[in-house]
Amino acid sequence: MVKSRNDIAFEIFILLLITLVGLMCVVPVLFVISYSLTPMEEVLRNGGFVLIPRQITLNAYQFMMKDAMLISSLQNSAFITVVGTALNLLVTMMLAYPLSREYLPGRSVFIKLIIFTMIFSAGTIPTYLVVKETGLINSLWALIFPSLITVYNFIVMKAFFEGLPNDLFESARIDGAGEFKILFRIVLPLSMPIITTISLYYAVAHWNVYTAAILYIQDSERMPLQVILRRMINAARTIDLNVEDELPPETMQMAAVCIATAPIVIIYPFIQKYFVQGTLAGAVKG
Amino acid sequence: MTQASLRQTVNRQPLSRRIMRALQRYWPLYVMIIPGILYFLVYKYIPMLGIHIAFKNFSLKKGISGSPWLWNDGKEWYYWFERFFKSPANTQIIENTLVISIGKLIVQMIPPLIFALAISETCFKRYARVIQTVSYLPHFLSWVIIFGICTTMLGESQGVVNNMIKRAGGEAIPFLSNKAYIRGVLIGTSLWQGLGWSSIVFLAAIAGIDTSMYEAATIDGCGRFRKIWYITLPNLGRIFVVLLITKVGRILDGGFEQVYIFLNDRVASKAQIIDTWVYTQGLGKQQYSLTTAVGLLKSVLSCGLVLGTNALARKWDSSLW
Repeated sequence: MVKSRNDIAFEIFILLLITLVGLMCVVPVLFVISYSLTPMEEVLRNGGFVLIPRQITLNAYQFMMKDAMLISSLQNSAFITVVGTALNLLVTMMLAYPLSREYLPGRSVFIKLIIFTMIFSAGTIPTYLVVKETGLINSLWALIFPSLITVYNFIVMKAFFEGLPNDLFESARIDGAGEFKILFRIVLPLSMPIITTISLYYAVAHWNVYTAAILYIQDSERMPLQVILRRMINAARTIDLNVEDELPPETMQMAAVCIATAPIVIIYPFIQKYFVQGTLAGAVKG
Repeated sequence: MTQASLRQTVNRQPLSRRIMRALQRYWPLYVMIIPGILYFLVYKYIPMLGIHIAFKNFSLKKGISGSPWLWNDGKEWYYWFERFFKSPANTQIIENTLVISIGKLIVQMIPPLIFALAISETCFKRYARVIQTVSYLPHFLSWVIIFGICTTMLGESQGVVNNMIKRAGGEAIPFLSNKAYIRGVLIGTSLWQGLGWSSIVFLAAIAGIDTSMYEAATIDGCGRFRKIWYITLPNLGRIFVVLLITKVGRILDGGFEQVYIFLNDRVASKAQIIDTWVYTQGLGKQQYSLTTAVGLLKSVLSCGLVLGTNALARKWDSSLW
């Protein structure tokens, strides 16, 4: 195909456009990582902007690891991420599998009741009062039980299970398998892509949890990572930078941001294809 | 008896009998959904019952059932609603919510569409894939992390951008602590976070367009821009409307987490939204009834907006095809 001058100009334009988007997404993240690793003199020499540091120091990280509050918040976040995701997954699966069987009487009533909670919500305060009544205030379980199932994830999983043929289950039933056995021995292994996607959605949500924590948790020792991180950032903002200081608050703050981002950035390249599959499954359904 | 007539006789039986039958036959499946259903009942439906404290003078001490109804307390049933709207500061809150939400709605629809078009039009496919992958990353970062990045980039005394401005001889701009900039920062960060991720649905829709349309257009002598204008964009109409409906339903949200994290006293007058107000007044100042009333109003309006736009879209849809 012969390309006109206009066409070439357009190609260059969109190439620049997508490059710009790519840089905008990556440079700030890269910058924060470098900042936390660069000795302060070098940062100041470069006017505060370092993308690839010439010298690397782990001072900020070593200092962080002595911060008891940060350590406990990391433990809390790890706990809710692991335990929370496992429970999310188990309960979502146990709800999605029966409701994906068209022959189950009452199925549409349950589904409508579930979807209704997406359109109408009780609001912050009535939900808070119920969480209080169920005795979860100031407990890490308050970050797990009140968000046990995400309707969106349920819909995506149900849609996937609906695609599995009924015959498969019929033959298992004839062989005498119970429903739980069918779920864990047949449905689960056949649904690994969607289960990976959804467990990642849940895990990211737990790792990033903030709102539920400021609503339901009071003690600092029980706070998850993001809340403690927010406090550190604010503390750093109000303290004036002291050049003599070996570890300025900004460096510490960036180190904390990196610790919080690290798990996501590290697993990201391996899992991003699953994430995309998940949104598409949801979009097709929606 | 055929399957259909069997079903008819089953349907003619009374409901209680049918439920017994279903339970007998499928009890393991019903047992399986108990935890999930219990979750929705306890944390979604029981709170809905609690909404009635919007019409009570609720205090924690007296409890939900012990607190008096407004009309038994010598007040009108709409007392809390009236109190919310009486204060001029609250009109500002509604304005903030709408401005921030609409701004976000626009940046979450238009730029991702343009980005998706650019990705699908470029002839450097492999490069485009890399860019795409990179562009999803911000979606997975928490608002606290984005806030941390923002303070480093936009901070007044040490931020990268302000350092550059100062070097160039300009004066530092207080992006994060001046009410003139806060809405822009909120909308801008929301664009940054969602651009790549929101483009996925558009890209999928573009990939689903019948290629024979483009071939026919090429034969008819259509250039690239005409193909985008007359084939690609009209084909994206439906998904655009679906996205719009879901987003319009959340127009009273404004995004609690993001706004709350970026909020400080100096910018509150331009950035306080309904949800952050409910949080500070409700939990901070224990104004449970007042904030429940405001939350109820918000939920009812949002629900109406979803159903309304949905109905409208359907009408438009059927008149179009």
